[in-house]
Amino acid sequence: MTTGIPLYYFLIVSTLMFFIGIYGFLTRKNLITILMSVELILNSVNINFVAFNRFLYPDQLQGHFFSLFIIAVAAAEAAVAIAIIISVYRRFTNIDVERVDSMKF
Amino acid sequence: MTISEIIFFLFSATIVLFSILTVTSRRILRAAVYLLFVLVSTAGLYFMLNYHFLAAVQLTLYAGGIVVLIIFSILLTSHISQKFESVGFKKQLFSGIAVAAGAILSIITILNYGFNSTIAEPDNPTMDVIGKALLNYNRNGYALPFEVISILLLAAMFASIVIAKKDKKTD
Repeated sequence: MTTGIPLYYFLIVSTLMFFIGIYGFLTRKNLITILMSVELILNSVNINFVAFNRFLYPDQLQGHFFSLFIIAVAAAEAAVAIAIIISVYRRFTNIDVERVDSMKF
Repeated sequence: MTISEIIFFLFSATIVLFSILTVTSRRILRAAVYLLFVLVSTAGLYFMLNYHFLAAVQLTLYAGGIVVLIIFSILLTSHISQKFESVGFKKQLFSGIAVAAGAILSIITILNYGFNSTIAEPDNPTMDVIGKALLNYNRNGYALPFEVISILLLAAMFASIVIAKKDKKTD
């Protein structure tokens, strides 16, 4: 399937995705949209791992397996982050990072 | 232009376009749906690289699980019709400059770095190979990270229940 597509095409796509994620991380104010930007960043890293695995070391599977583990870590991270967001929403009734500026004690 | 190139450009155009829409859309539910498109196109790229199991995991866990979780939390915390106020021009400008500089620098580095092409025989992992490698503790086995991930998932599950649970005293 990948005949004729060089490795750096995949790397450029993932670079663009990574920096778009960083742009969202810098400009967004809502906690959930920040979480979505983090998901974009994690996903672009996954593309990198898989592309390196397929193009440079196709006889081994390290990149493939660590992408699997990264997906699991991302799922755990999203679950905990959303629990924290819901808890913050209960206390402050909004999840805007500029209005949530005091800690519990 | 071969058919696989056309499919690749279609997927990557979808990824870049909907990534931009995800971080700039002013309606939060739309941003979540755009994120879904990005994740599905990424699964398409994995299919192109012949890692079918990884693409299936991407579809079920990312596109199925995380996006649904995000949409649920959006429904719990914001009004559907609410629009964000637009980001200040100064912030947009400086973030844009920083991000564009980083992206250009990385792309120039990638284009100038000569990657060694390989002659190794490609290995297309079947479910059988993947399952055995995950439980194998010898060379090319991933039993340790697999166990660590399972403990992490357990801890994350307990943590999210404890954090999101209502505090009895405050009610």
